[in-house]
Amino acid sequence: MTINQKNQQFCLGIESTADDFSVGIADFNGEILANTSSAYIPETGGIHPREAARHHAQAAPAVLQEALTQAKIKPADLTAIAFAQGPGLGPCLRTGATVARALASYIDKPLVGVNHSVAHIEIGKLQTHAKDPLTLYASGGNTMVTAYASGRYRVFGETLDIALGNCLDVFAREAGLKHKKGLPLGAAVEQLAAKGKQLVPLPYVVKGMDLSLSGLLTAASTALQKGAFSLEDVCFSLQENAFSMVTEVTERALAHTEKREVLLTGGVAANKRLQAMLASIAAEHDANFTVVPQQYATDNGAMIAWTGVLAYTYGLTVPVAESFVKLRWRVDKVDVPWVKQP
Amino acid sequence: MGEAAMKTLIKKGAEASLYLADWHGKRVVIKARLPKSYRPKQLDQTIRRYRTVHEPQLMHEAKRAGVATPTVFLVDVENGEITMEYIQGKQIKQLLDAASPTERCRLCVEVGGLIGALHSHGLVHGDLTTSNMILTDEGRIFFVDFGLGDRSGELEAQGVDLHLFRRALQSTHFQVADECFHAVLKGYGAARGADAAAAVLEKIREIEKRGRYVAERQQEA
Ligand SMILES: Nc1ncnc2c1ncn2[C@@H]1O[C@H](COP(=O)(O)OP(=O)(O)O)[C@@H](O)[C@H]1O
Ligand SMILES: [Mg+2]
Repeated sequence: MTINQKNQQFCLGIESTADDFSVGIADFNGEILANTSSAYIPETGGIHPREAARHHAQAAPAVLQEALTQAKIKPADLTAIAFAQGPGLGPCLRTGATVARALASYIDKPLVGVNHSVAHIEIGKLQTHAKDPLTLYASGGNTMVTAYASGRYRVFGETLDIALGNCLDVFAREAGLKHKKGLPLGAAVEQLAAKGKQLVPLPYVVKGMDLSLSGLLTAASTALQKGAFSLEDVCFSLQENAFSMVTEVTERALAHTEKREVLLTGGVAANKRLQAMLASIAAEHDANFTVVPQQYATDNGAMIAWTGVLAYTYGLTVPVAESFVKLRWRVDKVDVPWVKQP
Repeated sequence: MGEAAMKTLIKKGAEASLYLADWHGKRVVIKARLPKSYRPKQLDQTIRRYRTVHEPQLMHEAKRAGVATPTVFLVDVENGEITMEYIQGKQIKQLLDAASPTERCRLCVEVGGLIGALHSHGLVHGDLTTSNMILTDEGRIFFVDFGLGDRSGELEAQGVDLHLFRRALQSTHFQVADECFHAVLKGYGAARGADAAAAVLEKIREIEKRGRYVAERQQEA
């Protein structure tokens, strides 16, 4: 039995840009009816793109089914199929796109290609009711400060090398911490950092509104190897330096754009220390600070589904023949006609 | 800083507050880097001290490279304060969008030439934005805000410097960013010579390709 009322419309979203395969379902009023994932956890090291893609292909049928069950709808009830078209890892993106194309053709509904970074911003706005925020989107693959201006999300600051989440994860692996289910590497670092006291001198590199984290990562790993400092102190110092840099560039962008809201989104949003630092600068500039809820912070299908709704409403569908993935699709290349100039 | 009788706040930025003051009959700007409570005290002090010492040095060196900068009169490292000459004029930021295409191009070519002069003298600015450039009534362009700058003749540093400027144009002057950057490169090339300019341009292209999942992408290849 389905509960589909006559005029209720649904969009299903597929996220597979990196290590998560996730499916979400949103209705056209912004209600999230399903959000379910399967995570690829590498045996050793970071993400191996082909292994991850294999995981996604295997996980896809069950995750799709679970999402439909959660939402209590049938495939035929869907109005559109959205998928993360980029940016991301090639094999992972292509797997998600293949699943999306197959489903769209099967039910004969339009396909919507969604930019993964735009989706992180949109789900943050939907969940926190922020209207026109300066957004810090910090995850394993991205670190950027964006704000809307004249038809697009403009990038005011970003990392010049590795992403914030990647910096924490790689350090954690080098420190011998293991990725466990329910405790991502970043969270393990956060727990250890909370017990640290002594600040180890580490590089602090801000350039304009951009930042560089690779030198910090190398120095933190070296400091640990030398054995002069405890793991707790190095975790503490790594976090303090990295988060201070990110907060500084966010504050610069805030002063520059004069936005009244600050939104924190992406996987690293869960970190309490980062939240506290951003709350501090928001308060100083009389801006309202909000954080995306945990289940929508990491990569998730719901954000793709919801952004799919927004794009579909403005007729932004892609023919299957043109639905190729875009590995380096920058957020500031995407028109977002649904956002109204405040 | 007791000698400055009256201080009027002219700008409260993210990093510093700027005051207009009178110093021995001169109009001066006092740039005060205030403590940031979000970061640990020790880290905060190190950063503010470093930038307060560094900025006047680079401003001075920029002058020798032929780039106009405000003359520094006093440096108070403890309080993170720099007292410098007041430059009467307008930020390039306020002029660029409304300027005629010819005027815009001329300004950008000139800015490119100044950046080229800095780079040729082994300096990078570190925060090239149109708000850090002042056009005086006499038509001279001054560069300010050298706190994030560096002494470096490395291609990487020069590439990042120009890359940041391009990004600043894209986020703030998005309608005219491409034509502006094109003109900047023209001025830069004229100042540095075709070979040096081509090498930096190549570097910028490389920098733009960095970012997400660098290591993982290498495995893909
Ligand atoms: N010496 C000066 N004379 C006149 N205006 C100045 C001077 N120095 C800075 N300004 C103005 O104040 C603004 C902020 O100063 P800046 O040094 O760039 O600090 P911030 O780090 O806050 O950007 C500049 O964009 C410029 O418009
Ligand atoms: Mg400035």
